[in-house]
Amino acid sequence: MLVIGAGIVGCAIARELAKFKLETVLLDKESDVCCGVSKGNSGVLHTGLYYPKGSLKAKLCVEGRLMFPKLARQLNVPYKLCGKHVIARTNEELKDLEDLKIVGEENGVQGLTIISGKELKKREPNVDALAALYSPVAGIIVPYLFTIALAENALNNGVRIHFNSKVSAIKQVNSGYKVTTNQGVFYTDIIVNSAGLYADRISAMVGLDKYKLYPCRGEYLILDKKCSQLINSMIYPVPPKIAGVLGVHLTPTIDGNVLIGPSAEFINGREDSRTTKEKIQQLMWGAKKLLPSIPLNEIIYAFSAVRSKITPPEEKESRDFIIQEDPKNFINLIGIESPGLTASPALAKMVAQIIKKRRDIQEKADFSPIRRRTTPFGEASRTEQSSLIKEDPAYGEMVCRCEHVSKREILDALNNPFSARTINAVKYRTRAGMGRCHGGFCLPKIVEILKEEYGTRSTEINLKNLKSPLFVGATKDLREKEEND
Amino acid sequence: MIDFVSRNVDLIVIGGGPAGLAAAISAKKNGVQDLIIIERNNWLGGILLQCIHDGFGLELFRKPLTGPEYAQIYIDQLKELKIPFMLNSMVLEITPEKKVFVASPKGLFCFYAKAVILAMGCRERTRGQICIPGTRPAGVYTAGVAQNLINLKNIMVGKDVVILGSGDIGMIMARRLTLEGARVHAVVEILPHTNGLPRNIQQCLIDYEIPLLLSHTVTEIEGTNRVKSICISPVKDNLEPIKEKEDKIKCDTLLLSIGLIPENDLSKSCGVELSSITGGAVVDENLETSMQGVFACGNVLHVHDVVDYVTLEAEKAGKSASEYILGRQRMEQRIRVEIGTGIRYVLPHYISKDTDLELSLRVVSPGEDLSIGFFDGEKLVKTRKFRRVHPAQMIKIKLKRSETRAINTLKAEVLQK
Repeated sequence: MLVIGAGIVGCAIARELAKFKLETVLLDKESDVCCGVSKGNSGVLHTGLYYPKGSLKAKLCVEGRLMFPKLARQLNVPYKLCGKHVIARTNEELKDLEDLKIVGEENGVQGLTIISGKELKKREPNVDALAALYSPVAGIIVPYLFTIALAENALNNGVRIHFNSKVSAIKQVNSGYKVTTNQGVFYTDIIVNSAGLYADRISAMVGLDKYKLYPCRGEYLILDKKCSQLINSMIYPVPPKIAGVLGVHLTPTIDGNVLIGPSAEFINGREDSRTTKEKIQQLMWGAKKLLPSIPLNEIIYAFSAVRSKITPPEEKESRDFIIQEDPKNFINLIGIESPGLTASPALAKMVAQIIKKRRDIQEKADFSPIRRRTTPFGEASRTEQSSLIKEDPAYGEMVCRCEHVSKREILDALNNPFSARTINAVKYRTRAGMGRCHGGFCLPKIVEILKEEYGTRSTEINLKNLKSPLFVGATKDLREKEEND
Repeated sequence: MIDFVSRNVDLIVIGGGPAGLAAAISAKKNGVQDLIIIERNNWLGGILLQCIHDGFGLELFRKPLTGPEYAQIYIDQLKELKIPFMLNSMVLEITPEKKVFVASPKGLFCFYAKAVILAMGCRERTRGQICIPGTRPAGVYTAGVAQNLINLKNIMVGKDVVILGSGDIGMIMARRLTLEGARVHAVVEILPHTNGLPRNIQQCLIDYEIPLLLSHTVTEIEGTNRVKSICISPVKDNLEPIKEKEDKIKCDTLLLSIGLIPENDLSKSCGVELSSITGGAVVDENLETSMQGVFACGNVLHVHDVVDYVTLEAEKAGKSASEYILGRQRMEQRIRVEIGTGIRYVLPHYISKDTDLELSLRVVSPGEDLSIGFFDGEKLVKTRKFRRVHPAQMIKIKLKRSETRAINTLKAEVLQK
């Protein structure tokens, strides 16, 4: 088995396939898992309000969400059912809420109620509206921690992962495929194409040109943790009448930040994940509209990611996920946009079912679903913190001041099974650098640890992949060069 | 079950930089025997150790010292006075009851303190806080981080550099990078005037022929993996960029010197009231915060221009803390100092009448030949003339006991001639 793409979908599939007696390889062109839109989204576990009855989106979203409590426990990833309010400000929007409720109930979403503006005010003192549709089973998760956990658990159960491996050609040979990458050639029986934004290009390599993806950039703003009291649940507007777009919403994160966004903008360049002045302003206005008292001076960062949409910009209705075997032994996952995160575990099961039809695969007796995680110092109680330091003094040395991340957590993150040693790899695993100073205090310390523990030279330290060097050399290097010239 | 190390202490000083050192020394000299400094780095002296340029100590020692030299004077005194300190130790929380939790490799400590001096310094404003649009490549640093890497770790951050913001660290780093062989293409400042000291404009920019672009800002960062170029635009009077006049500079590094923020996240955990203007605690003339027995000094209180003033302020905080521990009562009759035209802030926020006072203040914008006046209602209490004022320079004005004897209110104002 060869799975191309180590985003949420690819990692969920790899972890599912790890349950069987198969040789599975997961490939990605980046130097870590979760480098695309899998890390740049709202981190919402959707309930299935928005999707047409009978669609894969509706089915897999509802099924997937029900799998999360157990999965999150097994993988040691924090998640929270914080609920969601879709708010209506006009009578027209109130009617939209009723329609949404009907669609949701048809899709099997439980517990949907429409509450008055007064009731909403009790639950969300900062939000004013006429009424709101409340969905109690909507939740939040940290999408990159979830992806990392899936991949680590897959690896522990025998899946091999190759990073920095970009697929350049796929050829049918006998009953299988020959896959050429910049890191070597792989022969495989079955290919799973979970390449996200590049899934159309991968399928084009086997002659399928029927899929076309439209890159759509989503920008976000993130508020300081000190704003954690601002909202208790997700606050959404009634979705605008644009395909697959939910509108600027406010999402609390597991760590206490508040996300504003995303925007939705069709763009040409698939790697063009810049933020723009225009969208930043739109997000600020959108947020003010939902929550007039929102403290925009507490924004600590702006980021964006590019979504892979299969719906052309001019279409009104969002197209469904495509999960299709075509040609034989080549499984395509195309246009896995929102609710892809929520659907991922169900989607992985579906892919395994397709494979079962092709091959008689046996479950492994020794599959271990449990993934261990270093206890984050900042989340522990004072008594726990005390015993953690006793257990290992490195727990008592704070590296990241804003997020209270200890040296022990940094060491464990650097020691990850994928050997991903970029500054971002550390950041997404530990939160070091995600706080209000944005790495001002911890970057020099992490650099020091990399030098001491791994003997890394300063010119070998990268921000996010092998081509993003943080430093140009040692002091005096440039001066000496000048003098020699 | 409580299994962390607990102990009582008269005074805990949070931070071992210039403010914490001077505060602890002064407290000890004023009679506090049982005190300790908590420092999160594995050195004393704080940010001074990465400030290898000179110009420190001109006020107090009448000679230009480097940062490490200045710090060493106080570190030596601290050791002479046998004041204990913990390195590599970070305060996690201060409760309103002044229980101070400290994480260190030696364990988790809980101090029950009679008094606390906040001396945590400040942090730098980042790219995210001003939402500079563009990509997110390697090569964007705050000036202080770059200074740390270059001066303490001998690491060069880039070869072709643009600096946004004309704060002192930005200008000092422009010179430092030039001396190390990098090319500094420009220092870009959105305001029509610089944000740093005049001496730094001369000694760091003009002397090295580094262009200073006033009323300009960075409008976009380009480059996927490493910074490739920076777009800069002139700005209108309302600070909005003029898009048509945008220019592109090819470079590999952007340094940010766009402001310092007093680091008061801990102060909030114990309920200290903060000022929205300074970002630091609201204090009275004893530098006592809204929480009794909690004092603040140095850059955690308000961002200073020169370290000498930090030291003086910290000595005052140390003395006040010692008086508190030895049983002085908090004054009850307090006057809130009001801010008039042209004044950004005045410290302290509260004073009591019939005392000798020294006020620290900053103006809103640069000016020449003007005076600053203090009023009690309509009545002028005091004026002082200035040939030149600048927001980057802190102004100190003394009010004598005779001048504060009869006041009921106090308001500071810039008076045009």
